[in-house]
Amino acid sequence: MLSSTADHLYWMARSMERAENTARMLDVTYRMSLLKHATAEPFQEWSAILSISGLHYEFGQRYPEVNAEHMLRFMALDEGNPASIASSLNNARENARAVRGNISSEMWETINHTWIEMRNRAAQGLARDGVSAFFDWVKERSHLSRGITYGTMLRDEAFCFLRLGTFLERADNTARILDVKYHILLPSLEEVGGAADYYQWSAVLRSVSAFEAYRKVYKDLITPRRVAELLILRADMPRSLCASISVVARMLHSIGGSSSQDLQRRAGLLHATLDYGRIEDIFAQGLHEYLTDFLTKIRDIGDHIDSTYFWPTDA
Amino acid sequence: MPYDEMYTPEHAVRPHYRAFADWLAATPPEVIQRKREEAEITFHRVGITFAVYGEEAGRERLIPFDIVPRIIPADEWGLMAAGLRQRVRALNAFLYDIYHDQEILKAGRIPAQQVLSNSQYRKEMLGVEVPGRTYAHIAGIDLVRAGAGDYYVLEDNLRTPSGVSYMLEDRKMMMRLFPDLFATQRVAPVEHYPDLLLDTLRSVTPGDQVDPTVVLLTPGQFNSAYFEHAFLAQQMGIELVEGRDLFVRDDTVYMRTTRGPVRIDVIYRRIDDDFLDPQVFREDSVLGVPGLFDAYRSGRVTLANAVGTGIADDKAMYIHVPEMIRFYCGEEPILANVPTWELGKPQDRAYVLEHLPELVVKEVHGSGGYGMLVGPAATRDEITLFRERIKAEPERYIAQPTLALSTCPTFVESGIAPRHIDLRPFVLSGSEVKLVPGGLTRVALVENSLVVNSSQGGGTKDTWVVQG
Repeated sequence: MLSSTADHLYWMARSMERAENTARMLDVTYRMSLLKHATAEPFQEWSAILSISGLHYEFGQRYPEVNAEHMLRFMALDEGNPASIASSLNNARENARAVRGNISSEMWETINHTWIEMRNRAAQGLARDGVSAFFDWVKERSHLSRGITYGTMLRDEAFCFLRLGTFLERADNTARILDVKYHILLPSLEEVGGAADYYQWSAVLRSVSAFEAYRKVYKDLITPRRVAELLILRADMPRSLCASISVVARMLHSIGGSSSQDLQRRAGLLHATLDYGRIEDIFAQGLHEYLTDFLTKIRDIGDHIDSTYFWPTDA
Repeated sequence: MPYDEMYTPEHAVRPHYRAFADWLAATPPEVIQRKREEAEITFHRVGITFAVYGEEAGRERLIPFDIVPRIIPADEWGLMAAGLRQRVRALNAFLYDIYHDQEILKAGRIPAQQVLSNSQYRKEMLGVEVPGRTYAHIAGIDLVRAGAGDYYVLEDNLRTPSGVSYMLEDRKMMMRLFPDLFATQRVAPVEHYPDLLLDTLRSVTPGDQVDPTVVLLTPGQFNSAYFEHAFLAQQMGIELVEGRDLFVRDDTVYMRTTRGPVRIDVIYRRIDDDFLDPQVFREDSVLGVPGLFDAYRSGRVTLANAVGTGIADDKAMYIHVPEMIRFYCGEEPILANVPTWELGKPQDRAYVLEHLPELVVKEVHGSGGYGMLVGPAATRDEITLFRERIKAEPERYIAQPTLALSTCPTFVESGIAPRHIDLRPFVLSGSEVKLVPGGLTRVALVENSLVVNSSQGGGTKDTWVVQG
């Protein structure tokens, strides 16, 4: 496959997954913000989003202050924000358009339709159908596009690059969502185990569709340690770091290629540490420190995917 | 009254339209309205769009599609097809000749200076051997019907003619919307065009490569015809590449893939000559591939169309095509040219300047309906402006009578009304000359307008060649 085609496929899948995760993150934040007692400072949850995505500067350039309305507009509809849902969907569509010949026509039509609909919704604003209805719509379109990919694509290299993009992005996003607690709690360390704490952790679970799964697996109170274990180490939890990196490693193995050993080794190693890791050790290291380190490793794998497949030197 | 494809001047339905006319009369208007809406929704969803230059707001636009087909009787088509083959054979022979021995110039049949000092003449191509001596592998020949129904060649498009994807999509749409119409009539198929195209491209591979790698080279997704590039690549099952996907080493062209470099044999390029290779042509081109022309010249890769075909479809050369047919084929032209005045000639110029309000004036190197004057539709200021331009640079222009292009019934806001049409058949030349029956019919949707270009608000129709 053409290097540039693989590049577009990978980013198409990443952008779609990012749109979904941004919607999930905004949805949970929006819900948290409705619980007045949730945080000490007003709009602290909203600034947490900026910390997680590293967008403080970009936001400051465009909006006078952090509040729910500004944040929703900035993260959902604002095409001036490269990480907004609108930008991600636009990105997915631009990449899909560049490789129409390599994806099934159903996939193209779905992504194109999503983009057209996004423009209509952006023009009307979020107020028309309500904020949560918009996030539900984004999630639904992402589910649909992933389902169509799975249901209509030949299991070839193109399929592998699509899955690779989806799961690398998901690993990145789940790690960031899990880290949200760290950002919200700083600087005012509230008592652990209080009502606010409970709501926040359950909101984190809900944001990755893991609330029911938690109940099923632990049949017990929600504790930070178990939430972290579920979202980091459980291989049967579809949005966990372990499950995501497992697919990443498998896809890299399928794609292969003569210069991919180093890349495969890195992904395999990361997967092994998740597969055999213990939550006690992660907490001993510090959750935030662990997640920061994990994000660095993910970025490193992304860079190696770039230099191995997308921009190889002409040897 | 211009010639109408469906009705005689006495308003009787012509025989080859009878089956369609019966169907139209028997189908309730609401059904047709619903089908027209369905067509529009489907085209949007599938993303069959066209980018229009210089119009930021409408960066992607749908080309309007009309459901009334343009029908051509099979015997009429047979004659047109023979004329098209003859014309394209002569044009290819002309291109080989002027880049080699220049017999036609030596024989004094075409003024040598008009060819050799034309900006479209590529000296770089002198003496270059191309497989099968074929230059214009894909030719779009625009035909119009005027007067009592005579066909004329309006212009030859031998560089990177576009529109064939609309021909294919229009047919698909008609079969989807009105399958019953196809059940009752024998409409000649066009769906195999991509197969013929791939065959043609494979037949001009350099050397004796058994399983050549063919790619389609596009300027990228912001080009107005990008949809077509992607569509054709997908239909042929070949890679759609941009300049940055290719590189040249030892006069051999490779594409960058996830498994390393892969050698390329034939490039169906939809990039103009000027942008192909920054080392030879425009230095500032970022669309092309450095070193491509050297690889081409040394016969290591085939470009379709060849470099330098622009000289043959230049409007200054158009008047000489009948002579080319006589010279190279030893035959009389089957398809006629539109009478044309050369403004470089004092006599012609004097006549044209006196009759501007009746004539169509075209820029010699222009294309796509840009830079032309349609006398009867022009304002006084526009005519004055053109008069000055002609006086300043007469060689840049030709003039033709304003042809009363034939009309075809078309759905417009007020109902069904006649609108002017033309026809672009696509002629493929490789080891043999092939074409699918019909072509792309373009329709000027604005009342009385004669400009059918999609960049100027034209639409398209399905074109049927029907066995009588």
